Amino acid sequence: MPSLGADMEAGTLVEWLVKPGDRVKRGDIVAVVETQKGAIEIEIFEAGKIEQILVGLNSKVPVGTPLARIQTELEATLGTVAVAPPPPAAPPAAPPLMAVPVAPPPPPPPSPPQPVAPAGVARARVSPAARRLAEAHAIDLSTVTGSGPAGAIIHADVERRLGGAVAQAEKKRAPGLDLDAMRTAIAAAMARSKREIPHYYLEHQVDVTPCEQWLTQKNATRPPDQRLLLGALMIRSVALAARRFPAFNGFYRDGKFEPSRAVHVGVAIAIRGSGLTAPALHDADQIPLDELMTRMRDLVQRTRAGRIRGSELSDPTITVTSLGERGVDTLYGIIYPPQVAIAGFGKIATRPWVIDGAIGPRSVVSITLSADHRVSDGHAGALFLAEIGRLLQEPDKL
Amino acid sequence: MNDLDIRKVIKEELNNIAPEIDLAGIDPAADLRESLDIDSMDFLNFITAIHHRLGVEIPELDYPKLVTLDGAVAYIAAKLGSRKT
Repeated sequence: MPSLGADMEAGTLVEWLVKPGDRVKRGDIVAVVETQKGAIEIEIFEAGKIEQILVGLNSKVPVGTPLARIQTELEATLGTVAVAPPPPAAPPAAPPLMAVPVAPPPPPPPSPPQPVAPAGVARARVSPAARRLAEAHAIDLSTVTGSGPAGAIIHADVERRLGGAVAQAEKKRAPGLDLDAMRTAIAAAMARSKREIPHYYLEHQVDVTPCEQWLTQKNATRPPDQRLLLGALMIRSVALAARRFPAFNGFYRDGKFEPSRAVHVGVAIAIRGSGLTAPALHDADQIPLDELMTRMRDLVQRTRAGRIRGSELSDPTITVTSLGERGVDTLYGIIYPPQVAIAGFGKIATRPWVIDGAIGPRSVVSITLSADHRVSDGHAGALFLAEIGRLLQEPDKL
Repeated sequence: MNDLDIRKVIKEELNNIAPEIDLAGIDPAADLRESLDIDSMDFLNFITAIHHRLGVEIPELDYPKLVTLDGAVAYIAAKLGSRKT
């Protein structure tokens, strides 16, 4: 079960898209997990063959629980068997084992201890009956607390664990968007941000008339499904600036900043009925602008339909939020932890503006930067924000 | 295709974009972007859907004519009518 955000502790497996024997390649969508943020598609990070499904449908399992066992291509040639962590207690005489996570390892858990078995329980003794029952129901023994002699896991313990899973499955809703749960997730992330991140804020007024003129010209000859929106140029400008200013692109974790070489821009997407999420548009600094637009459209549609992919939720390196053509002039974003910056675009307005010594009407937008003062200072932030504005003066180079 | 048919198609496509909105309750003269809370991406998807379904060309410059339900019906009817003649 991958971590799909700092605030996620568990997820419910609602759909398997592969079965044992299926061949998979890196990036394939293998399962759908329901979280507070809706139904999330889980991608696989290894190529190989699905050997065993470890978590059954409608089971709610903690972050870090192996979901499936995969035989990687390397192992297939070596004739060995892959197994996902953690190792079972007292493994039978087995070939060399190799851990193959289906997702990147979750971040270290937050300070409060989890209400699961203490560390090391995986090495505790397990009765054969308990093991059989656990295997039959794909229960991860590391999530079972033993009540037998010396903490050994006995049949009754697995039964109790199973009862919990069944009860939770019954409460499960249809996959999709749950705005109440989403609100809870937003509350947790934003409260953490305001508690932990010393934000500083900068604002810059930028003339985007060149972008509008360029778009009008481009779109005039294009059918609707190939037209570009100003939002794509905004994302691109932030992505290119982030590549040049690495102090705004990455994660602040465990007391230090980890810059990211890749630029995955989180796109804040409002969902009617008061929902908000910011999935990643991957490699927004690299892909051609037309592809960026296509992917942005796809991302918005899937997000609003409740079909986001796991990697899109977990790995944005910087976020862009835009109020579009309605709303107000300026917005100051709150950084989504563990990111370190968010760029905000207000409503575009026609304003008197001085160009070449004369006043004329121009389309002007307020761009803001909220950044983490543990990582950067206002001086660097100002250069970063000015770079975004400069990039928007030459849309044909975006 | 008469105005009623066009109105039905438009409502169906709007419903695809904002399925949680009760279209019967909206004012046909009101700005759809306001009354349906749709953004530029939704609106582009709406235009794309109408283009694919009815085959009408809708240049970007004409978008303002389609921001109300009545306006969109009149615009599409005119486009379809001029194509026949």
